[in-house]
Amino acid sequence: MNFDLNEDRRILSDTLEKFLRDKYPIEKRLEYSQSEHGFSAQMWQEFADLGIIGALFSEEVGGFGGHGDDLMVVFEQLGKALVVEPFLSTGALSGTILSAVDSDLIEGVISGQTQISLAHSEPGSRYDLAYVTSSARQQGEEWIVNGHKSVVLGAGSADKLIVSARTSGAVEDEHGISLFLVDAIASGVELRSYSTIDGYGAADVMLTNSPAKLLGEKDSAFSLIELAHARAIVAVCSQCLGACEIAKDMTVEYMHTRKQFGVIIGKFQVLQHRMADVLIELEQMRSSIINAAGFLDDHRDLREKHCSAAKNLTGRAGRQIAEEAIQIHGGIAMTWEASVSHYAKHIIMIDHLFGDTDHHLERYIELS
Amino acid sequence: MDLGYSESEIAYRDEVRDFLATKLPKRISDLVKNGKRLTKRDYEEWQTILNEKGWLAPSWPPEWGGAGWSAVQKHIFEEECCRAGAPRILPFGLGMLAPVLIKFGTEQQKSHYLPRILDGTDWWCQGYSEPGAGSDLASLKTKAERQGDHYIVNGQKTWTTLGQYADWIFCLVRTSNEGKRQEGISFLLIDMKTPGIEVRPIILLDGEHEVNELFFTDVKVPVENLVGEENMGWTYAKYLLTHERTGTAGIGFSNAALEHLKTIASTQMKSGRPLKQDPYFAARMAKAEIDLEAMKTTNLRVLTQADSGAAPGPESSMLKIKGTVIRQEINDLARRALGPYALPFVSEALDEGYNESPIGPDYANPIAADYFNNRKLSIFAGSNEIQRGIISKTKLGL
Ligand SMILES: Cc1cc2nc3c(=O)[nH]c(=O)nc-3n(C[C@H](O)[C@H](O)[C@H](O)COP(=O)(O)OP(=O)(O)OC[C@H]3O[C@@H](n4cnc5c(N)ncnc54)[C@H](O)[C@@H]3O)c2cc1C
Repeated sequence: MNFDLNEDRRILSDTLEKFLRDKYPIEKRLEYSQSEHGFSAQMWQEFADLGIIGALFSEEVGGFGGHGDDLMVVFEQLGKALVVEPFLSTGALSGTILSAVDSDLIEGVISGQTQISLAHSEPGSRYDLAYVTSSARQQGEEWIVNGHKSVVLGAGSADKLIVSARTSGAVEDEHGISLFLVDAIASGVELRSYSTIDGYGAADVMLTNSPAKLLGEKDSAFSLIELAHARAIVAVCSQCLGACEIAKDMTVEYMHTRKQFGVIIGKFQVLQHRMADVLIELEQMRSSIINAAGFLDDHRDLREKHCSAAKNLTGRAGRQIAEEAIQIHGGIAMTWEASVSHYAKHIIMIDHLFGDTDHHLERYIELS
Repeated sequence: MDLGYSESEIAYRDEVRDFLATKLPKRISDLVKNGKRLTKRDYEEWQTILNEKGWLAPSWPPEWGGAGWSAVQKHIFEEECCRAGAPRILPFGLGMLAPVLIKFGTEQQKSHYLPRILDGTDWWCQGYSEPGAGSDLASLKTKAERQGDHYIVNGQKTWTTLGQYADWIFCLVRTSNEGKRQEGISFLLIDMKTPGIEVRPIILLDGEHEVNELFFTDVKVPVENLVGEENMGWTYAKYLLTHERTGTAGIGFSNAALEHLKTIASTQMKSGRPLKQDPYFAARMAKAEIDLEAMKTTNLRVLTQADSGAAPGPESSMLKIKGTVIRQEINDLARRALGPYALPFVSEALDEGYNESPIGPDYANPIAADYFNNRKLSIFAGSNEIQRGIISKTKLGL
């Protein structure tokens, strides 16, 4: 066994880390997050030029990576800087689907020209991937979709949407779900855009008789949707890991400098022990993600079991790490001004993406 | 042992319920129940209504307008108010300053300030913490130098809750550097309109302007604004800490939050059934409820003991720790209950006049923000670490 990154990935990681250190200080991140589309189009282009988007795609489809390790390396760094550009939506989720069904679009994605969001979850679906009420019907050559998609990441800036809709079956059936490509400016597409509480752009998307193109085979998109979410779980857990590392570092640094009762607060044993636990949990989180990334290309049950394990552990550990970071900083961490608060918010809210701790615990049991 | 309320307590509870049903403006309780922003006027409106009834300052001695309630009655009042969606009663003047004035103030101070607190003339804020003096409050540096009939105050206070609205601030200031640090602190009342005071907002992690930094530059304060004796301020501040205990555990708030959580969990659906029937979530809710039910009894045990004269010291630390942990846990569950709809956050939607349709369920918007905002509960009013220190020292002798 060897847990070290290979040379290419080490270079990828170092390059991205250095780039973000130079170009993506927290003040910039807050500025991008609060701008109209909730991210910087220029930064997105620079990420593309640096090859960061391409690193999420396999060589067969024109990228130069796309493995679990690549996701881990890239998203961990993105998490360290709380990057708000649409990597999860365009890169991890849509990227997986496009790689399987429409690789023509990938060139535009890798070059930074095209952004594509996956519009899958719905107001009633919670974290159930098979829950789809949106519907599609064929009209001559064309398809027409109707439905309401909720909390679609990156939708506000997407050029195209990949929309899941039912072509047969009942609401919670795995069979009968199909994927469609819908132009963001197509008729009947309406967006209610907003920012998430941790500063990422998203929207609820209403589709009324919108023209669409079928992607892949009719009725059998579920397993691809599941795969896309498995990869997104590795991505978002890695992002959480990166954010947790920074939150931990900031807290340790603060413990070295903040003085009360004539000593640095790092001298208080109760705080020392809790930070020791934080470190342990952080390493556990990393290991669970390594497991999930390692099984990403394995057969479905094994892959899903490890993804659920990682998401559950990341949710639990993330809460502990974020809450300790705030508590140990004291009042200062409650402020907008202190960047640790933005890290804490993101770490906590990651539990609301792609299934929370309980969802994945239940799923892990089912898959065991 | 008798766990139930007595007949007179039940009659009292019904009176409170009745009062709330008729006198609490629906406009205001709607704001509270929907997690909307309250303005200064909303707080004032409710406090005026309570004052007219004589229920604004139940803990004060009757001659100053107190209600002479027992601990159980205060507990019932708090629980009923929270359940009905009444705004919290801001503690700065009513619960923090007043007891100190009543115990240590001059007759003149009492007859001047107390009625103004009751009728809402003066909005008070609390000026204890400084950038360098948080948990270690005794290290505070803001200094007040005597010059003739005035103190000249220089320094900085921070975290001043709702100081942007305040007419007055009660401050701990350093009047001496001799001897122990605690022995050079005085308790001073300062008019916020005095020249030389600058108020700067601190925005919290949820984007709210709730606290402030205050800068004092050569602020002239008349010596009659000193409370008690010079250099005795620490004693008064400590008196305050052990005096007002009823609300420490925040039972009323937790109760209301748990009720709200149950409503959410019965409307949110998971795999075709209400979330409250999901074994994982139901287990989490049940644990929180078990803790809260025990906490109610712990709280009442401490409070009734206090009624009969035994001054609770470390017990209030217990109430503070467990009470805040339970409330934070309920906030955490409400956030979880929402699933993905915990993510969207529209700050403007917290304003009263906002009438665009909600994103997701109509109760969703403030939930995650509340969870983050209430992380403060275990930090302020003596952090939970400091409280544990008090317990292990004074209760366990360690
Ligand atoms: C929202 C909010 C509102 C507030 N409102 C007011 C107000 O109106 N007026 C006012 O005067 N103050 C107010 N405060 C200030 C509050 O009282 C302080 O935040 C609190 O005293 C903690 O101080 P600190 O933030 O400086 O943290 P620090 O004291 O720096 O503590 C940092 C960490 O070290 C821990 N620690 C410190 N000492 C020890 C020890 N001996 N052993 C173990 N652990 C220790 C703390 O528990 C904490 O986890 C408010 C604070 C907040 C966040």
